[in-house]
Amino acid sequence: MATIKVLGYSGSITTRTVLCCLKEKRVDYELVVVDPAAGDHLQPRYLALNPFGLVPTIQDGDLTLFESRGILKYLAKKYKGQGTELYGNSLSEEALVEQWCEVEGQSYNSPALTILSQIVFVPKKGGTTDEAVVELNVEKVGKLLDIYEERLSKSKYLAGDFFSLADLQHLATTHYLVTICGKGDLISSRKHVKAWWKDISSRPTWKKVTEKAP
Amino acid sequence: MAMIKVHGHHLSTATRLVLCCLEEKQVDYELAFVDLSAGDHKQPQYLALNPFGVVPSIQDGDLTLFESRAVIKYLATKYRGQGTELLGNNVSEQALVDQWCEVEGQSFNPPASTILFQTFVVPIKGGRTDEAVVKMNVEKVVKVLDIYEERLSKSKYLAGDFFSLADLQHLPCTEYLINGCGKGDVISSRKHVKAWWKDISSRPVEESH
Repeated sequence: MATIKVLGYSGSITTRTVLCCLKEKRVDYELVVVDPAAGDHLQPRYLALNPFGLVPTIQDGDLTLFESRGILKYLAKKYKGQGTELYGNSLSEEALVEQWCEVEGQSYNSPALTILSQIVFVPKKGGTTDEAVVELNVEKVGKLLDIYEERLSKSKYLAGDFFSLADLQHLATTHYLVTICGKGDLISSRKHVKAWWKDISSRPTWKKVTEKAP
Repeated sequence: MAMIKVHGHHLSTATRLVLCCLEEKQVDYELAFVDLSAGDHKQPQYLALNPFGVVPSIQDGDLTLFESRAVIKYLATKYRGQGTELLGNNVSEQALVDQWCEVEGQSFNPPASTILFQTFVVPIKGGRTDEAVVKMNVEKVVKVLDIYEERLSKSKYLAGDFFSLADLQHLPCTEYLINGCGKGDVISSRKHVKAWWKDISSRPVEESH
């Protein structure tokens, strides 16, 4: 069977999320570097695979897929029974996984990325970090994490007492918030969120993803 | 079997999405009205169902669920074989459904719902629509629709030649963009998007709302 091809780059949040999932499911893959700094993502050859010009895109035989959260769902379903179970063990558990995946995608992702953008990307492009924007978004993330704190006081992981796609989806963004953005106190000041973060970020698969490009 | 209870508001796009899905799957339900203008959604009784204080939430027996896109996936999976098939017919088709659902959630919805917010919600709260914000977000929607135009020139619906959750997810917000925000030209100026919109918005289930 042909190996899955992942087109992306190792520092990308969305690429890391997909690589982590592939490792959890013990699926062989090959990373083909698409370097946005070189404008690779806007070349016709890449746009033919992903007209939105974002990373990553995967190729699995005849199937080409983009949108990291969609890719995770595909991998978790296709490789059910192999590696880590990422969708729970029943229809109800699967529904809760989807619910918390949506919370990440609809509520957590945007303010977290805004913080990252202001602290890392804006200065890189020659601008100045807008501290008011950072503060506003730190507050938003804080409010969300207060809800996570309550949830995780009753449940080991987000969807239940089992690790799932919902937890995995938080890894790459939170890693950057805690490391290069210096916002680790958002996590460490909340007892259950802190314990959850320690658990999921210590998974061997996640450590392998960040090993080569922390 | 107990009926599914939907806690929501009949004008809310997310509530409408769930109701539309229930209709497509021919599932009986009861709508429990959450009065947003009275702040019901921030009351302890509602927060116990959905700590994020947004609508809708559903109750199906012991299971309580929120996030409309997750709710419709649950319904489409649980009621597979009943009503309209909304997930495609194999793993690859389902993957494309999930992909285009993510496109809606990540790329279409943020700018589209910002336009709706500026047009409907800001004036209700005593403010004035910010036309510059509307314009900027119309430009974003248009860029996404240009990609849809190309896609729909090769495929009858977003995920393939079959109606799915991915198309359904676009219905409530797009209806308001056209009928409340006066932005119908973004749809009607694109030949394949226009045909797709005409098709999906004429489905009997949609027309009954």
